[in-house]
Amino acid sequence: MSDERVLVKVEHLKKYFDTPRGKLHAVDDVSFEIRKGTTLGVVGESGCGKSTLGRAVLGMNPATEGHVRYNGKDITHQSHREFKESRRQMQMIFQDPYSSIDPKKTVSEIIAEPLKIQKIYKSRKDLDARVIELMEMVGLDLIYMNTYPHELDGGRRQRIGIARALALKPEFIVCDEPVSALDVSIQAQILNMMMDFQDELHLTYMFITHDLSVVKHISDEIMVLYLGTVVERAPSDELFEHPTHPYTKALLDAIPVPELSYHGVEPQLLKGEVTSPINPPQGCRFAKRCPYVTKACTENMQELREISPNHFVACCQFGK
Amino acid sequence: MGEKLLEIKDLSVRYTTDGVIAHAVNHVNLELDKGEILGIVGETGAGKTTTALGILNLLPRYTAQTDGEILFNGVNVLRASEKEMQKIRGEHISMIFQDPMTSLNPVYTVGDQIGRVVKIHNKEKGKEFVEQRVDEILNLVGIPAERKVEYPFNFSGGMKQRIMIAIALACNPELLIADEPTTALDVTIQAQVISMMRSLQRELGTAVILITHDLGLVANFCDKVAVMYSGEIIESGAIEQIFDSTNPHHPYVVGLFGSIPKITRKTKRLTPIEGLMPNPASLPEGCKFHPRCPYCMDICKTEEPEAVIVNDHLIKCHRCVRKEEA
Repeated sequence: MSDERVLVKVEHLKKYFDTPRGKLHAVDDVSFEIRKGTTLGVVGESGCGKSTLGRAVLGMNPATEGHVRYNGKDITHQSHREFKESRRQMQMIFQDPYSSIDPKKTVSEIIAEPLKIQKIYKSRKDLDARVIELMEMVGLDLIYMNTYPHELDGGRRQRIGIARALALKPEFIVCDEPVSALDVSIQAQILNMMMDFQDELHLTYMFITHDLSVVKHISDEIMVLYLGTVVERAPSDELFEHPTHPYTKALLDAIPVPELSYHGVEPQLLKGEVTSPINPPQGCRFAKRCPYVTKACTENMQELREISPNHFVACCQFGK
Repeated sequence: MGEKLLEIKDLSVRYTTDGVIAHAVNHVNLELDKGEILGIVGETGAGKTTTALGILNLLPRYTAQTDGEILFNGVNVLRASEKEMQKIRGEHISMIFQDPMTSLNPVYTVGDQIGRVVKIHNKEKGKEFVEQRVDEILNLVGIPAERKVEYPFNFSGGMKQRIMIAIALACNPELLIADEPTTALDVTIQAQVISMMRSLQRELGTAVILITHDLGLVANFCDKVAVMYSGEIIESGAIEQIFDSTNPHHPYVVGLFGSIPKITRKTKRLTPIEGLMPNPASLPEGCKFHPRCPYCMDICKTEEPEAVIVNDHLIKCHRCVRKEEA
C-alpha cells in the first residue's frame, strides 16, 4: 500500500475510561489504515468499543494513547480551533435518528447549521440554495423544509442526518450504525444512497455496525473487534470466504440466513457472554469463550499476524 | 395436522385518538395448531404487535375497537371477562416482550418475579412448591438457581431475556407469543436464545408465534409464515412455500427479500421497495400496497384484491387472481 492513498492512519490507539471499579479498556491498542475512496467496516457486538473507536478517530473523545493521522497530519490532540476546522473534512452519521437531531429546529435549519457555523456562505440566498440541493440529494421532499423532526419517520430523519453530514463536502465520514434503527425496506434505500454518494463524491467511509450482512455489502475491508481489540482484519470477500479467528467464525455462524436450507439448522454456539472490559484479564480477551483455548492464550496478549496477503489474525493458533 | 389451538377470524382493530381513526389491523385470518411455530413478519406499523396484544386481550380498552373473533381453544378471548382472561394469561397463553431491559421490574428480585406467576396460577399450593418451580425453570433456561435472589440489573441483556422466557414458561403455557424476542440482542446471544427456545418448544410441545422482521430468523425457526402489510396478511403459507423463489409471491414479499443484503451471495446493489408504508389513518383505496408496487395496474387502485389460496399458500394480489383465471 502506498502511503499516498492512505487517508486515515491509526497507530496503537488506546482509549480508557475511569470507572469506580477500575479502568475500562474500551479500545485497546488498535491500528489500521483506511485508503481514499474505500470503506472500512468495523464489526463487533455491543460493548466491544466500536463506537468509542469511531469517536476517537474523529477526536470527539480524544485517545488515551496512540495517534490518529489524517492525510499525514497528526490530529490526535487538537486545539478547539483545529477541531472545528477538521470538521470540514471529517463528519459523522449517528446511530439514532431520533436523538441525534435537534427537536427544536426545522429540517432546513438542521441541515444549514454546519454551513452557518463554518461561515461557508455569505448570502442567505446561497445558503438556502445549498440546503435545497442537499435535500434533493438525499431524497427529502422540499415540502419538509419547515417541518420539525418529530413529524417525520425514522428513514426521513436518517436522511436529514446524512444531509447534515454531507453539507460541508467532507472527504471522510464515520457512520455509526446508520441503518440499524430502520426497517429493512428503508435500510436498503439508505444503503444504496450511501453507496451512490461514495462513487459520486469520492467519499471514504468508516462503517460501524453489528450487522454482518450489511457490512459485507458495503465494505472493502472489514475489521472485527472483540472487547476493544482487533481479532481479525481482512478484505471483505476474503473474510467471508476464509474466516479464521474462532470468534469471527462463531459470529458468521450465528447469523440467521433467509434461505430454506437453513431451516432448523443449529448454529455452533459460543458459551458464555462477553466479559467485562473493566480491568480485563491478561492474554487473549476471547480465551474464556474460545472452544480451542490453550494455556498460551491466557498468558500472552495475541498480536495481529498476517496469514495471507492483507489478512491479519490475532490468534496463537495461526501464523506462527 | 394436529388439533386447532388458535383461530383468528376476520379480526379488525381500530384505534381512535383525537377523533382520528387508525386502522391498525384489517380482516386478519389466522390458524395455529398445537405445537406449531408461526412467524409473523412485517415492518414497523404493520399491525403485528396489535394482533398479538389482541390474542391476550390486552388492547387499550377505551381507544381500541375490535371486530371479529379470536378463538383460543374455542373461547373468544375478545369477549371474555377480565377474570377469565387472568386465568388464561400466563397459564395458557403467555408473551415475551420486545425489550427485556424495560419489561422486568427493577425493584424486585428475579426469583420474586418468576414466583409471582407461579403463585397466581397455583393458589392452593404452598410456598415450597413455588420456590421449587422457580429453581426448576431457571435451570431450564440455563441460569443457576442460586441467582434468583439477584435483581435485574445484575444480569446482562441476554440473561434478562432468558428470565423473561422463564417467566413466560413458568406455567407451561400452550401458546407462547414472542414479540421480537431477540431484536435487542447481539447475534451470538440471539443464537443462544433461539436455540434455547427451540429445545424448550420441542420438550414442552408449546405452540409459538414469533413476531419479527428478521427473515433469517423465520427461515431458521418457523414452520409457517404470515407476512403483514398495513394491517393485512398479504401472504401466508408453509415456510417451504414462502422461501421458494420459484413460487409466485406478493410483490411486497419479493421486495422484502430484495432489500436484505445476502451474506451468501455478492450483490452490487440492493433492490429496495421505494416509498413508505401508508399511514393507518388514511389508507389508500384498493390494494394497500399499490402506491409502492412496481406492477400496479388500474384495478389495484380501486378494488381490494381477494385472497387466492393454493395448497394453503395465500396471496392477496390482483396479479395472482389474473393468473388463476387464465
